[in-house]
Amino acid sequence: MSKDILYIANKKLKSRLIVGTGKYKNFSETAKAVQASGADMVTVAVRRVNITNKKKPILTDYLSPKKIIFLPNTAGCFSSEEALRTLRLAREMGGWKLVKLEVLGDKKTLFPNMIETIKSTKVLVKEGFKVMVYCTDDPLLARKLEDVGASAIMPLASPIGSGLGIQNKTNISIIIKQSKVPVIVDAGIGTASDATIAMELGCDGVLINSAIANSKKPILMARAFKDAVISGRNSFIAGRMKKNFFASPSSPEEGLI
Amino acid sequence: MAKIQLNGKKISIKSNFSIYELLKKYKLNNKKIAIEYNGVIIPKAKFKNKFLKNNDRLEIVHFIGGG
Repeated sequence: MSKDILYIANKKLKSRLIVGTGKYKNFSETAKAVQASGADMVTVAVRRVNITNKKKPILTDYLSPKKIIFLPNTAGCFSSEEALRTLRLAREMGGWKLVKLEVLGDKKTLFPNMIETIKSTKVLVKEGFKVMVYCTDDPLLARKLEDVGASAIMPLASPIGSGLGIQNKTNISIIIKQSKVPVIVDAGIGTASDATIAMELGCDGVLINSAIANSKKPILMARAFKDAVISGRNSFIAGRMKKNFFASPSSPEEGLI
Repeated sequence: MAKIQLNGKKISIKSNFSIYELLKKYKLNNKKIAIEYNGVIIPKAKFKNKFLKNNDRLEIVHFIGGG
């Protein structure tokens, strides 16, 4: 098979699975799960350093941005100002320009505030950031994000951390068909088969955190997702058979005794 | 002595203490952090000659696990 490589803002990704690094039992488990997932890119959050406990382990002791692409995110930000502040600090930390923007609008659903999200994307693009944008599964808003310069569109499958899987396959399909930038399904994937479904729809990738971290065996689940994404992608490229209303025998009728 | 606010906590430091010295005191690797000084991001190159004074607000952030 010819090489099927995903490019996001000119960054080459061998794996179409991006994983989050939150919610794990400890950093050792995080690192092992990331490795088992085969992901080239992980999302990370920006928070205050712990000044009271200098000996507490930190994420970068376990995962190196030299070996894996860090994608700083704005998780937990409810306004454009907070999100911009967070990403400017992330850039200052070590030159990160490729970032994930999420501006939340509601504490209960964690649905994105699309008005603030579009506004923030514009500002970030102007400042030279390459922005992957968490968004609703509304095709018109997804197109708007692409128009203002998003590097990837990241529609939710269902609410963050809900594990409900893809709720609106039609909308996700429309977004895939209309977008020229990569479409990564982000949020709400519950289990490996959900990721396969996303990939079979033609998504360029999926972002998973809770479904791996909150499973009973995260490292095994990370491997399951790796396989699920590869399967879904291959299935999409291979092209599924046509659906028929009636049966069609698999064995030839000629020579029947 | 100067009283500053570091990551939301009030702390006391010697006068003429630079950001660079503060990082050393807390054993923080400047490659892994970013700093906001009174609401403005300070480039790493300026850590050595940025001296802290009374009522300064400092935010030191780094990457943690997140989705």
